[in-house]
Amino acid sequence: MVKQTAPAASASAAGPLLSVENLKVEFSTSAGVIRALDGVSFEVSAGETLAILGESGSGKSVTAQTIMALLPKPAGSIAGGSIVYKGRDLAAEPIKQVRELCSTEIAMIFQDPLSSLNPVFQIGYQVAEPFRRRLGMGKKEAWGKALELLKRVGIPNAESRIRDFPHQFSGGQRQRIMIAMAIALDPKLLIADEPTTALDVTVQKQIMRLLADLQAETGMAMILISHDLGVVADVAERAAIMYAGRIVETGTIREVYDHPAHPYTKGLLESIPSAVPIGERLTPIVGSPPNLLALPSGCSFNPRCPFATAQCRNVVPPLRQPAGWQPGHAAACHRSEEVLAHA
Amino acid sequence: MPEPTAPLLSVKHLKVAYPVRSSILLRRIGENVAVSDVHFDINPGETVGLVGESGSGKSTVARTVIGLIRPDGGSIEFEGRDIAGSTPRQLRNVRRDMQMIFQDPYASLNPRLTVRDLIAEGWLVHRGVVPRNRWTAEVQELMERVGLNPDYASRYPHQFSGGQRQRISIARALALRPKLIICDEAVSALDVSVQAQVLNLLDDLQRDVGLAYLFISHDLSVIEHLCDRVLVLNKGVVVEQGSARELFEHPKDEYTKALFRAVPVVRPWLDSGS
Repeated sequence: MVKQTAPAASASAAGPLLSVENLKVEFSTSAGVIRALDGVSFEVSAGETLAILGESGSGKSVTAQTIMALLPKPAGSIAGGSIVYKGRDLAAEPIKQVRELCSTEIAMIFQDPLSSLNPVFQIGYQVAEPFRRRLGMGKKEAWGKALELLKRVGIPNAESRIRDFPHQFSGGQRQRIMIAMAIALDPKLLIADEPTTALDVTVQKQIMRLLADLQAETGMAMILISHDLGVVADVAERAAIMYAGRIVETGTIREVYDHPAHPYTKGLLESIPSAVPIGERLTPIVGSPPNLLALPSGCSFNPRCPFATAQCRNVVPPLRQPAGWQPGHAAACHRSEEVLAHA
Repeated sequence: MPEPTAPLLSVKHLKVAYPVRSSILLRRIGENVAVSDVHFDINPGETVGLVGESGSGKSTVARTVIGLIRPDGGSIEFEGRDIAGSTPRQLRNVRRDMQMIFQDPYASLNPRLTVRDLIAEGWLVHRGVVPRNRWTAEVQELMERVGLNPDYASRYPHQFSGGQRQRISIARALALRPKLIICDEAVSALDVSVQAQVLNLLDDLQRDVGLAYLFISHDLSVIEHLCDRVLVLNKGVVVEQGSARELFEHPKDEYTKALFRAVPVVRPWLDSGS
């Protein structure tokens, strides 16, 4: 397994804020052990946005859960690798300590804001909670802070709406409230797991804008997890494409989209309806994502891959960066040169 | 496609309102108008798209057309028969010709039934569509048709991925050989690569069987790709309708324009001009 050795061009001299290396996560199920993450490596620096893209089951959410120590227990466990945050290996620390850290420095927002908010508490109470619990503020002060946050994330009439309950807000506003809670304690890293998937396009755009603005203000690092290649393109600088528990391609988002070097990335881009002229047939990737219990030998993508050869069926391709590629652009494919030439 | 003489479905002046009830006695104290004065026709073999944001009334239109909601005004005619004024018994035959695929393949399939039973369920209700001795063979054919391995017929929905479950929903809808399928966000929950497969499948089925679709989606690129005609709904009112090509190239209404502008662009660096 080759580590992803290419740091992003934008990585600061101080080194990455979070560096995940060769991370392996396993789930034990009644049908056997599933390797949900198989040697995932990436880094994020302060002020930078990394998009982790992939289909359901590719391991993108598991990656976030693992960092946040939210893996379902006892089924899920870290089977190897490290998650180094500011010099601390979170993978080796007890869950309690990681959660402590996550409650202040690493924050996460989820896809469905309604199910992440408590329906029986006023939102002011919920947004004020981190201030009260973590910083020990009194109610008045904490609610004042909550009000500030609600204004900052663009809740109209925040003064009166702070006493409303979650159901009285629209989906987009709820996501704004979730973002308010996530940024309450000035996190250094924000992980957003499908933050706009449940929202209308117009609202989606506003939320992505909000996240980008907040990042510009605070200089936090962001990991955007999405299945939608379009949504993240405006905001993220780098992308990591995941498939069957591995990162199959990584690089600047522009390079990855314009010159996909992995057949899976290429296939994803070609699957988008706007990729083909109106009236023509879409060009999907054949087959379906593999069953993690019975992964194909060699490259997991080989049964769906138009470029597959005998080598692909036998040897797992490492993430590599052939000469002449843009810095940071790497793909886990034996035949990347041909894939690139084919475009 | 040449214009046939009679539309398959004809919706006129459709109005749907949800009652607002008092908290204790549940008296009707008002109404929320979900959809008002919606007109459209669907011809055989045609795909009509409904777009709009959540709350615009897209799903209400779909549910009313298929008879899950009673309209408060207007008419819905399917092959000349008025659905709005039909008794449930009369509706049954219409429902065979009109099937629906829902957004969430996790919620819309009974978890206790095997794929075989799910697909065959409609045949229990609508006797005579497929003779019982043909059920197993027909289920196999349908599964193959939608790209599922027929060996999995005795599996349960939880054993399938989202894309596969949506294929089960499609097979289930096809089982009764309908003329119109209403797809309410039918591909929205699917991954991109799988979404394209399902869209191609819908396209193939239309070509082979002459199906008409009423296609509801918030994903405008899907609508643009698939639909012949498009209706844009905003707050229960059709703000613009026309051929897909015309509408996407020259949107007239401000709301339509705003909606189109918000569509995420995969490579924003390519068209900074727009």
